[in-house]
Amino acid sequence: MTTVSEPDALSWYEATARQRVAAFLDAGSFEEFVGPSERAMSPHLTLFDLPRAFDDGIVVGRGRLDGRPVSIAAQEGRFMGGAFGEVHGAKLVGLLRAALDAKPAAVLILFDTGGVRLQEANAGETAIAETMRAIVDVRGAGVPVIGLIGGRAGAFGGGGLIAATCSRLAVSEGGRISVSGPEVIETNKGAEEFDSRDRALVWRTMGGKHRRLIGGADAYAEDTVSAFRRAALALIDAAPPFDLATLEAEQERLERRVARFGDCRDATEIWARLGVNDPDAVPAMTTDTFDETVARIPEASHDAR
Amino acid sequence: MESLTFRHTTTTPSPGSTPRAITGVVASGNLEVLLERVLAPDACEVTIETPVRGYGDVWEAVVADFVARGPAGGLRISINDGGARPDAVALRLAQGARLMEA
Amino acid sequence: MADWSRQRTSRDARIAAGRARAEGKVVAAGDVVALLEAVLRPGDRVCLEGDNQKQADGLARALAACDPGTIHDLHMVQSGIVLPEHLDVFETGIARRLDYSYSGPQGARIARMLYAGQIELGAVHTYLELFARYFVDLTPNVALIAGVCADRDGNLYTGPNTEDTPTVVEATHFKNGVVIAQVNRIVDRVPRVDIPGDRIDFVVEADRPFYVEPLFTRDPAAVTETQILIAMMALKGIYAEYGIRRLNHGIGFGTAAIELLLPTYGERLGLKGKVATHWALNPHPTLIPAIEAGFVEQIHCFGSEVGMDRYIRERPDVFFTGADGSLRSNRALCQTAGLYACDMFIGATLQIDLAGHSSTVTQSRVAGFGGAPNMGSDPHGRRHPSDTWLKAGREAGGAGDPALMRGRKLVVQLVETFGEGLVPTFVERLDAMELARKIGLELAPVMIYGDDVTHIVTEEGIANLLLCRDADEREQAIRGVAGYTEVGRGRDRAKVEALRARKIIRRPEDLGIEPLDADRSLLAARSIKDLVHWSGGLYEPPAKFRNW
Repeated sequence: MTTVSEPDALSWYEATARQRVAAFLDAGSFEEFVGPSERAMSPHLTLFDLPRAFDDGIVVGRGRLDGRPVSIAAQEGRFMGGAFGEVHGAKLVGLLRAALDAKPAAVLILFDTGGVRLQEANAGETAIAETMRAIVDVRGAGVPVIGLIGGRAGAFGGGGLIAATCSRLAVSEGGRISVSGPEVIETNKGAEEFDSRDRALVWRTMGGKHRRLIGGADAYAEDTVSAFRRAALALIDAAPPFDLATLEAEQERLERRVARFGDCRDATEIWARLGVNDPDAVPAMTTDTFDETVARIPEASHDAR
Repeated sequence: MESLTFRHTTTTPSPGSTPRAITGVVASGNLEVLLERVLAPDACEVTIETPVRGYGDVWEAVVADFVARGPAGGLRISINDGGARPDAVALRLAQGARLMEA
Repeated sequence: MADWSRQRTSRDARIAAGRARAEGKVVAAGDVVALLEAVLRPGDRVCLEGDNQKQADGLARALAACDPGTIHDLHMVQSGIVLPEHLDVFETGIARRLDYSYSGPQGARIARMLYAGQIELGAVHTYLELFARYFVDLTPNVALIAGVCADRDGNLYTGPNTEDTPTVVEATHFKNGVVIAQVNRIVDRVPRVDIPGDRIDFVVEADRPFYVEPLFTRDPAAVTETQILIAMMALKGIYAEYGIRRLNHGIGFGTAAIELLLPTYGERLGLKGKVATHWALNPHPTLIPAIEAGFVEQIHCFGSEVGMDRYIRERPDVFFTGADGSLRSNRALCQTAGLYACDMFIGATLQIDLAGHSSTVTQSRVAGFGGAPNMGSDPHGRRHPSDTWLKAGREAGGAGDPALMRGRKLVVQLVETFGEGLVPTFVERLDAMELARKIGLELAPVMIYGDDVTHIVTEEGIANLLLCRDADEREQAIRGVAGYTEVGRGRDRAKVEALRARKIIRRPEDLGIEPLDADRSLLAARSIKDLVHWSGGLYEPPAKFRNW
């Protein structure tokens, strides 16, 4: 279904990128750039006998969020795992560079990506590097870049790197943020080190709740478009200035994190050290209980990035 | 990849003036359907790109039924198929037609 | 002088030989192979408990480790061929002949072995047929069974997964057979006595708990829009129309979608308390929302399901439970319930032909029958009426005095026109026919015969075969819902329209259902986690269904 469902009922996880954008922004305010009609498709996939998408798996454009002008990009996690290809990456880079002129209230990146598309690896990697550079420029121009992560592909590989350059991140329970994926870790380090088929382990290590608790994400949202919308609005207002002080604070925050938790063998150990009363109960916690838990943890709120 | 094109003359034009619509996602068992109101009101053209070869007559039957049921006049319909079953194709075409009437 | 006690004498000798390996009835795990070699005789009929779900896997491994020089040419009679060891014993010559019912997990391997002549096949049965033959001409000499725990007198607790065990023990023990049980642990006192100790000859504390397959869990996240559309048609066009109160669901995503729509779409149709109140069903997690929403009065189960024990304990008004609080299941009795006490069976299949015969056999896999043919059949022996049964009977027609009319049980096939990999469900000739030819079976393994099927529901519509008056009408009715398969495209359009006018074929729009409204937001639960929430945290899904 592509009619706009009630944002309260619409599951972020289940929605397509287009459905997320349509329900997330103020009704009817979305204007798409390089839309499907323009047929800017991958120049590479037909070589591999793979089907293409008219928008190469990313929706970019502008609209309004609670009346404020925003630029927005949403990756389609179901197309090629949301992975970066040449056109896909170029659309995101183009959107960010255009934001330098447009100066919207914020740029919103709705991540849903496994990283680089192997069939277009060089172009994908280049695009990821260009995206990170562009985000730095946009933030330097005073425009916050807010990342939202809650789709089935998560934010992996280059997507995880890009997420780390954002001003603020919101994540849901189903979302995951990492650079190396579970299978890659297992292949390189062995199943005893990391069993990629142990889904509970994967989510403890990379999932939304863990990222929120350890401070890798700044807001936690229920799996609905309306929850992500509320989280995004709050994060836009709380985005830090992009200056040396912020970067130095972030460096210190990360160094402290490594020092404090570097020897932990599992996320539950980290949560225990963070002061969570019943770490084993975290994965099964409802949103309300989890929000209360997060509220009691100093590391979960900060002024860095 | 197999490319298929079907051209039809229609009796009823797609009502309204919505210029374009898109529905579906290119993924296993799924497809995306782009509809554009760019043809004469009594014409409908459906173009398909699919990685699954050899089902031309099934596509033809699904498209013919969709056009006959209508209203599809004036629409150029472009499909990127991810290996969808005929009932999913019929559903997406119906979804697309409805979006164009909105 | 005729000797009328040869079997009993043999039994006593086997038990004496076994006692040499035991302390009373208890045998150490390390002595099990020796026990089996002492108790078994070549050519024995052996029931190795391979139920649908629970497996006496420790005893299976031990049997496979026996010396084929000592133990050979066994005739295996068991419900399920599930574990690799169930077939290993045929490769080594420990076993030669097989009578069974269900082989889903080993479907490919058993097909290869049958084709290669490595197994002498007696027959493939339904569960009830096999159980019945345990008492007539397939009585086991030795039964190797699985239970949760036992005391030193052999009193056995089989718990939620009681399944086939009482039936197997009844036939074996009371006809001079020997019963050997593996248990997870030996205790001072069992929580309840499911099998009295005087029917158990030997007890082994296995090296690990017996294996249970989670067969009846379907992740709501995988339910598709097409399955939801089909479910909506079934609810409106069949459940509501015939007032189905007593029923069995075959396992599958199609029926899972129906279960998940009861509290939403079913509620909207005003069906609470009117349909789906009494069930013969395994404890499907996907039925939790309907139970919590008040649709369900009572369920009898064939077996249990991994993760459902705590939930069942807290719902004793709905489920059958023992004095210890846990589920009491019984496959033989639940199969009988499904056969005689239900007004409808509804389930999926892999192939349907133009007469309505259906089969799950493909050319490379033999899955056996399980319980579907019994549930999915019209029991001619039934006598008690119900409104549903009489309504279906009237639709089936027949001349003569209405008081001599036969009622009909609804047998509904719920299928998508294409299955995995664009393979058509509807075919002119079942693969089962080819398989029968290849491995020399007299009869093609048909799951449900066409003359038992009353309705077929696909995404294209509902075909009511009760109302068809001849084979041609039946064929066109089937073609008329076979979608874009070759069978569907081969329809006579004029005849199909005529059938539609007579309501033999009903399309979604004839039922007032808009295909575009078939949306996942209609599901009462859209993920395993949602099911956990519905159950108030009582449902504990197995690890493979969880990310927490």
